[in-house]
Amino acid sequence: MVMISGASSPLYAKRRRRNVITMGLSFAATAFGLSWLVLILGVLLWNGFSGLSLAVFTEMTPPPGAAGGLLNPIMGSLVMTSIAVAIGTPLGMLAGTYMAEYGRYDKLTTVVRFINDILLSAPSIVIGLFVYEIMVARMGHFSGWAGAVSLAVIVVPVVVRTTEDMLTLVPDTLREAAASIGLPRALMITKVAYRAARAGMITGVLLAIARISGETAPLLFTALNNQFWSTDMNAPVASLPVVIFQFALSPYKDWQKLAWTGALIITLAVLALSIIARLLAAQRKSS
Amino acid sequence: MSVASYTVPTVTHAASSVEDLLEKVSVRNLDFFYGDNRALKNINCSLYQGKVTAFIGPSGCGKSTLLRVLNRMYDLYPNQRATGHVRLDDEDILSPSQDLNMLRAKVGMVFQKPTPFPMTIFENIAFGIRLYERLPKSDLEGRVQQALQRAALWEEVKDKLNANGLSLSGGQQQRLCIARTVAVRPEVILFDEPCSALDPISTAKIEELIDELKDDYTIAIVTHNMQQAARVSDFTAFMYLGELLEYGETTRMFTTPNDRRTQDYITGRFG
Repeated sequence: MVMISGASSPLYAKRRRRNVITMGLSFAATAFGLSWLVLILGVLLWNGFSGLSLAVFTEMTPPPGAAGGLLNPIMGSLVMTSIAVAIGTPLGMLAGTYMAEYGRYDKLTTVVRFINDILLSAPSIVIGLFVYEIMVARMGHFSGWAGAVSLAVIVVPVVVRTTEDMLTLVPDTLREAAASIGLPRALMITKVAYRAARAGMITGVLLAIARISGETAPLLFTALNNQFWSTDMNAPVASLPVVIFQFALSPYKDWQKLAWTGALIITLAVLALSIIARLLAAQRKSS
Repeated sequence: MSVASYTVPTVTHAASSVEDLLEKVSVRNLDFFYGDNRALKNINCSLYQGKVTAFIGPSGCGKSTLLRVLNRMYDLYPNQRATGHVRLDDEDILSPSQDLNMLRAKVGMVFQKPTPFPMTIFENIAFGIRLYERLPKSDLEGRVQQALQRAALWEEVKDKLNANGLSLSGGQQQRLCIARTVAVRPEVILFDEPCSALDPISTAKIEELIDELKDDYTIAIVTHNMQQAARVSDFTAFMYLGELLEYGETTRMFTTPNDRRTQDYITGRFG
């Protein structure tokens, strides 16, 4: 009987073959997924980049056939996003803080986490309809406020989740150290735990902004749209996603062009936010 | 306080040496439960003013648990409770009405893993001081310097007080934590395996430090290192499976232990 060394045994050869096949399939799947992304970004750049000009940022949405820009939807999106973050962030952070710090071992926290996860994955059109019912229908008209509130409803669960996760990552030893010098709980949370989790919590807010900046459905039912410059949050307000929706579906070439440009602007903004979030996360890991 | 059932397991230290000692912390009939699991069984011992008491014993014997009762650190977690009596001077610290923040201001703690706060070196110390006193800036700086000197860290950090506390080495971080504890001006300091994450040189520094601090404080230290217990402590308590088997003066405990198990542990036959 001839001894077969480990490396040349049939078992080993079989394992190698399997490895090659698995690796090949993984590569193929990755390439398949990535190729669509590259295609989307490529088409977006191809169609949107040529439309980028100063006018896009300085002029209002035009009537069909005239020249114009996207200033009012850009402003509308910025303002509504800011208000949504201003409403959603404190709420989300406080709720997340309760779950991670005060109520970590409570049943209520488990319940809240479960409900929050449902809210996190709720279709945004449902949220739009909900805000339509409680605000638009009662006030009798579409408004920027309603748009901001519907976006805030999307912000809250994202911030709740990241706040809780990031605070849970803060080691208990740090909390004990804070308690060991007689620090009251509130100070332990605000001065020590928040500081340790800061980068992660900011990342959560950035991700929430990225999430809402492309939302169209909730705004269709709430802020609607506005062809003109308006800073009145009690009136319908234009936003980039809704204008893209409207212009892209229109038969007019120049509107479609502007829709591509608007889509590119949103994509670049979200990309920038993601990069900042990544950098912050990396900083958190290294510190 | 009911002292009827109080017996120190083996009172071996000569009465004369204990007479002049001031009992700072007294533990009587202490039981501790993690849920239904009884982790400490009828513990009786004392911490004396100006002395270092070491708690030794194999892993899981309850040393750290006992230490965490002394500042009620266990209160941070659910389903943990202590019964019996623990007195700091004349206060029963297990009483539900005990103000925990005040207790922890008096009973400081240094942990196994260095735990600087995520802030500057200066702030790490000043933060605790500001909790209790409102000082003008120059006084505050003086107190920070004092605390850092006390922890033998001043010379190494005086030029970078604004650097992040986490940028220091492990040994320096641990001394920063000691400085932070000392800055609050506690009466008792609990050390929970303060050197187990440190190299020998840093360990030696911390041990020296403990020796210097003991004149002003009452110190308890949990350690896995028998030599360390022998070097730094005046009294030693040997714990095993949640019980305190033997308690006495360190020199005696390490030369002529009464309990067979103490001897076996000290000589390295188990643990």
